[in-house]
Amino acid sequence: MLPDIAIETKNLTRRFGDFTAVDNVSLIIPAKTIYGFLGPNGSGKSTCMRLITGLLLPTSGSIRVLGMNIPEQTESLRLRIGYMTQKFSLYDDLSVIENLRFIAQIYNLDFHLGKQRINEQLHAYELDQRSTRLAGSLSGGQRQRLALACATLHKPELLVLDEPTSAVDPENRRDFWEKLFDLCDQGTTILVSTHYMDEAERCHGLAILEGGKKRADGSPNQLMKDLGAQVVEIGGDNLRQLKQQLIADTNVVSAAQQGTHLRVLIDNRIEHPQQWLQQTFAELMQNRSINIVRPSLEDVFVHCTGEGRQ
Amino acid sequence: MFLTTRSTLNSLQRMQAIMVKELRQLSRDKPTFAMIVMIPLIQLLLFGFAINTNVRDLSVALVDQSHSEIARALVADLTATQVVHFVKTYQTPDQASKAITRGEVRAALVIPRDIAQRIGDERPLAQWLIDGSDTMVGSALLGLRNMPLTTLNSRGFATNFSTTKPTFEMSLFYNPQRVAAINIVPGLVGVILTMTMVMFTSAALVRERERGNLELLITTPVKPMELMIGKIMPYVFVGFIQLAIILGLGNIIFDVPINGRIDHLFFAVLVFISASLTLGMLISTVAQTQLQAMQLTVFILIPSILLSGFMFPYEGMPAAAQWIAESLPATHFIRMIRGIVLRGATLMDLWPDLLWLAGFTVIGLIVAAKRFKKRLD
Repeated sequence: MLPDIAIETKNLTRRFGDFTAVDNVSLIIPAKTIYGFLGPNGSGKSTCMRLITGLLLPTSGSIRVLGMNIPEQTESLRLRIGYMTQKFSLYDDLSVIENLRFIAQIYNLDFHLGKQRINEQLHAYELDQRSTRLAGSLSGGQRQRLALACATLHKPELLVLDEPTSAVDPENRRDFWEKLFDLCDQGTTILVSTHYMDEAERCHGLAILEGGKKRADGSPNQLMKDLGAQVVEIGGDNLRQLKQQLIADTNVVSAAQQGTHLRVLIDNRIEHPQQWLQQTFAELMQNRSINIVRPSLEDVFVHCTGEGRQ
Repeated sequence: MFLTTRSTLNSLQRMQAIMVKELRQLSRDKPTFAMIVMIPLIQLLLFGFAINTNVRDLSVALVDQSHSEIARALVADLTATQVVHFVKTYQTPDQASKAITRGEVRAALVIPRDIAQRIGDERPLAQWLIDGSDTMVGSALLGLRNMPLTTLNSRGFATNFSTTKPTFEMSLFYNPQRVAAINIVPGLVGVILTMTMVMFTSAALVRERERGNLELLITTPVKPMELMIGKIMPYVFVGFIQLAIILGLGNIIFDVPINGRIDHLFFAVLVFISASLTLGMLISTVAQTQLQAMQLTVFILIPSILLSGFMFPYEGMPAAAQWIAESLPATHFIRMIRGIVLRGATLMDLWPDLLWLAGFTVIGLIVAAKRFKKRLD
């Protein structure tokens, strides 16, 4: 077992009929880091996670998780991972503490240890005031905290979170991520999927998925550095019209309006984008501000997922 | 005027939109669509063919103490009625009544030594010992009381036997007053337990799936068999509460006796509850939604009421219906509970049904656990 690699997949593929949900994905996820899957809906994030946790069988390719072969050793893996589903999957008609007790017993925590862990979790996830409330009556943020408390009750080495914050407001999202960094600091490997750029930017490592394929992977900084395009912000009037004309050019990867300016990605083939723009679109560029800016993760995302979108 | 027409048209259009949507959804919900066809079809076949209150071919025993030509002629006459079918012979009336208790035969004909003398005296020729616990079976046998003696007459044995005199003496056991409640109440235990037990568990797994709990459960170390048994156990207690209510009130209000041993009764009910819960679990591994689980439960329930012997005697059904009946846990249980409660039978007397239910439970649980995969594909 390689201690520094938590998850490794090679040419992982999963088909549903003639639809390929995960297409030839190879990943190396280092232990004790937060690794993100970034991608639009239907990009294969959930399927990938279900393959890694042994909930789905791969059509081809190999998976190793915590040194175990999946799906063969799925049952022994179950004790060592925590999994949080996209939809809240605890019991609405049980109270906070009853849900925690149920999970403690399912994972065979002995009575005293279980009790101690439940109290620790209630405290850590700020649920001690609400321990007798039914899970169904909790707010979105509280539910997510309860789900995370349950998923980490047995101190798993690997935590798999499928879009954990999709139903949570920004403030609760920030708190939630603080908890994830605490867990990571304690030595837990975390695999998380998201379609929020700000969340993706918090990950140590990242894989951008689209249409079941891995489009790019690396650390967010590396991905931004390696972006095969430069980012230009163009100000002025009639931005909608400008956008239509710019994206017709093959050197323009994408153009997106952000309030009073247009954010344009120009392929690295063009060495000086400002000059190129003024020469190629001389008339259009009159009385406009043109500035080169630092790429963001969204630019990376747009750049590598542009193709093949319907 | 224009406005009203306009609003009527709008209303019609909206109704049409809902109608078309409803039909589209219906045609895509295959199980419901199948139900639309299957329910009338099966009900028609069940009521048309299987339900026959005109009971025939009742299994009966013969105790012939006369060993005479007259006795043989009498048996021939009885067989010709097609109401009874002699399957066993015993030496003594005592042996025959034990066979009735065991449920092997519904009645026994005891032909006394002095049958020839009785013809002369115009006394009843022989005695029927009848299991009265099923009132319909009892009635069919009582109908034989004034049976014409065709063969006996034709052979000149009973030419001067008056047709107004009863041919047989009838001894109705277990329910001599032929009170319907005494027959119905123990059977009702079977029907109600089928209804509630199958319904509770058939929705059990589907509900977890629909609420999203299952996706979490299957990522935990819980084993399919542990999940099945854990889900079934609480309902065993529910079943016993229902048993206590039905038999308790049946005893207080309708004077339904409990002739058999309570411990045997409890064991029989335990095995039946387990079998019904297992059946529900099996449905739960097939059904995709709670509605489908409910439909499948009804699918089990209807034959359990009509074919199990609860409403109509097993003997009155054609062979195909009897096969279906044999595959339902309720049929085996109703035989057992009537045996224990009304005839005072023991589990040893009823071992084939007991074994069947236990086997069904074990095999059913294994199949359900095998069918339940800890995977999403």
